[in-house]
Amino acid sequence: MTERGILAFGGYIPRLRLRRETIADALAWINPGLKTQARGERSTCAWDEDSLTMAVEAARDCRLDDLDAPDNLVLASTTLPFADRDNAAVVTEALDLPEHINTLDVSSSQRAGTSALANALNAATGSSLVIASDCRETCPASPLEMQTGHGAATMLVGEGKQLLAHCLGHRAVSRDLVDHYRSRSGRFDYTLEDRWVRDEGFFKIIPETVSALLQELGVKPDVIDHTILPAPARVAKRLCKILGLNDSGLADDLAASCGHTGAAHPLLLLAATLEQAKPGAKILLVGFGQGADAILFETTKQIENYQPHLGVAGYLQRRHEESNYVRYLSHRGLLAVNRGNRAEFDNRAALKTFYRKRDMVTGFKGGRCESCGTVQFPRAAMCVNPECRAADTQKPISLSGLNGRVKSFTEDWLAATPNPPLQYGNIELEGGANIMMEITDCEPGTLKVGTVVDMRFRIKAVDEKRDFTRYFWKPSPVEEQ
Amino acid sequence: MPEGIRDKAVILGMGCAKFGERWDAGPEELMLEAFTEAIDDAGIERDQIDAAWFGVFYDEQSVGKSALPLSIALRLPNVPVSRVENLCATGSEALRGAVYAVASGACDFALALGMEKLKDVGYAGLPERSKGSFDDLYVPSYTAPGAFAQLASAYAARTGIEMDDLKRAMAHVSWKSHQNGALNPKAHLQREITMEQALNAPTVAYPLGLYDCCGVSDGAACAIVTTPELARSLGRKDLVAIKALQLAVSNGAEAGHSSWDGSYSLTTRIAAKRAYAEADITDPREELDLIEVHDCFSITELIVMEDLGLSEQGEAPKDVLDGVFDRDGKVPCQVDGGLKCFGHPIGASGLRMAYEIYLQLLGRAGDRQLASPTVGLTHNLGGIPNRSVASVSVFGLTH
Repeated sequence: MTERGILAFGGYIPRLRLRRETIADALAWINPGLKTQARGERSTCAWDEDSLTMAVEAARDCRLDDLDAPDNLVLASTTLPFADRDNAAVVTEALDLPEHINTLDVSSSQRAGTSALANALNAATGSSLVIASDCRETCPASPLEMQTGHGAATMLVGEGKQLLAHCLGHRAVSRDLVDHYRSRSGRFDYTLEDRWVRDEGFFKIIPETVSALLQELGVKPDVIDHTILPAPARVAKRLCKILGLNDSGLADDLAASCGHTGAAHPLLLLAATLEQAKPGAKILLVGFGQGADAILFETTKQIENYQPHLGVAGYLQRRHEESNYVRYLSHRGLLAVNRGNRAEFDNRAALKTFYRKRDMVTGFKGGRCESCGTVQFPRAAMCVNPECRAADTQKPISLSGLNGRVKSFTEDWLAATPNPPLQYGNIELEGGANIMMEITDCEPGTLKVGTVVDMRFRIKAVDEKRDFTRYFWKPSPVEEQ
Repeated sequence: MPEGIRDKAVILGMGCAKFGERWDAGPEELMLEAFTEAIDDAGIERDQIDAAWFGVFYDEQSVGKSALPLSIALRLPNVPVSRVENLCATGSEALRGAVYAVASGACDFALALGMEKLKDVGYAGLPERSKGSFDDLYVPSYTAPGAFAQLASAYAARTGIEMDDLKRAMAHVSWKSHQNGALNPKAHLQREITMEQALNAPTVAYPLGLYDCCGVSDGAACAIVTTPELARSLGRKDLVAIKALQLAVSNGAEAGHSSWDGSYSLTTRIAAKRAYAEADITDPREELDLIEVHDCFSITELIVMEDLGLSEQGEAPKDVLDGVFDRDGKVPCQVDGGLKCFGHPIGASGLRMAYEIYLQLLGRAGDRQLASPTVGLTHNLGGIPNRSVASVSVFGLTH
């Protein structure tokens, strides 16, 4: 048993779900076989979400405010929006974490999530917030469109008495089996025959890796309570048999409710498993991609005292069906629709302004007047309270964790937005900050004056001309759980 | 207390171009159309103008920056010309500059001209524009209808009125302005509509439908101002005097402080209070004979009736539906059709409102002439309710 393990965890699944039947109905003309796969649903990002925004939400789900700031922040994904701009640094600022932490993007494999987690667990010291997030683009009518979903998960790795689960050991195998690939300029995965992947990949590499780990630890497979395998259900069952694992401990792969979330999936399933796990449970986590990772955990008594904000279970319930396949295509950038002349507006980001103001824009930090106590956004030299207006009295205050209430709102059909109508309103946050904000994850016709909202890190706008995505926070109605 | 502007300046002449989709006219033609009428009305020579103020909002869409376009279009004699811009109060701002100039004694005759050429933009509605390099990073990419539409939800929440009832009052606002616009040959929209049309129109920004929104128009309006003494020396007997010119500008409180509930125009309330004090008006509902308010959207006109003290709090919908602000009502509002139907070429609008008051007070309003009005008010609300520039001006007939 190592001294290191998991201190906290969280998950995130976008609110939108696309039923596979919706996909099949739209595309059976090209591939009638899709009908046979048309069971359950997959998660899909709203137009203003990507792997970066999901990463922020997954990290927020693990109750960061109650924890010491981590020493490292590692972001694992194969779909990060920036190839050359530290995505993890954006996440760090969105989470309002201190500047001196080490940030790192880990990419290029479906195994990125488990490898990042293993690296953090294997480190000598320090705590690491490991976030895995993926938002794979899939070609319409491809099997992956049916099988994949979008999602993110977080594991805070460290040591000490508060550990929810100890890491018992880790084993990796690196082997360049090209079951699929996506080139740097490629948009979609190119996949090889699944029977070959099953026989040469899953059935060989995973048993080798897991057996080696269990042998090294002297753990018998039949004492393992939960097994997380990143393989299709039938393959996973067969693997249990091969390995002598109890297949009743096989974790739900969320295929029916979410789909395979790529590099995030092992961590997402681990989060879902930890939400349910009892103290003393042994959990085997396997990652697969050009080799495999196998990590064995054992939960502690602390597991009974911890719950993420919503967790995977909560986010699975926070659901809205995307019933329009054409809109899904448009929001995924897979279908060009006429958005009108108004959308020609040049969305160039003023990056020098952004740099000066980024703690407000990315970190959503307002100001609190030390003289009168008024919380305000944006933070300014002079207090906004008409009865105060004092100069240089404002201290930064984080607003992202606060709920708000809608003071007034509209649904604007004239404004250019990928998802009309543009919904926005004047929002009053707890503590008294007032801001007019764009509202997200909200169906037209549902807003009311007084609706309670929470804050979500989202894409504010995309400068298509310069291929730049910028982010800000948006309120979203707090749905009844 | 400063003594204010009251009775220190009078309007010597005014002009207004035909508003609308002026495919036939560019900025220069629009300016010239308004100016020619104004200078003929004033009865002075062009070279007697000592200074000019030029109001245009979307300079980037039509004439470019500075006051040069006006000076060049009118071939002014190299006098000082200033370009002013203050959102939808731009026209009133231009007038304020000219009035201050003659009131101070710096000028004998000053010109204010507001112009907007909106219909060359290439699409319907107002052009998209940057809201500033920082604001673009966090402010929603709102439109004017959406920004004002929010008033309706907040107003309904504050007063408890059902949205359907509020919408009926809003429809009456637009119905009334279409009735009035039909009598105005210079108006952009001269067609009457029914209440049903207004209520059943497609939604632009909830709860505003198409007929809750004013026209986007090309146009120009112009005033030549002088002192009462000079006007009398030119043989004028009936004078339209400036009784008050007030401007109130948000300092961020509405957008950023809990003291504002989103249901009213704070700056309008402040500007109105100051203007009534300056013009010595104590009971506006009794003392004002006609008003031209900033009806960019029906809900704006409706809530502004309360902010101007013409309706009690929460009573505007009832007053509107009772016809208080119809042309035959207690306080006729938008007798020229308003922004709704006369049109809203932004830089010209404040001066267009003054033009209507001027014509009405002098009995020159033709088919839409009211029975001997003597005091009129104009109101602009620039920007959006969250942060706005409100102007309230009072004009009075003096003999």
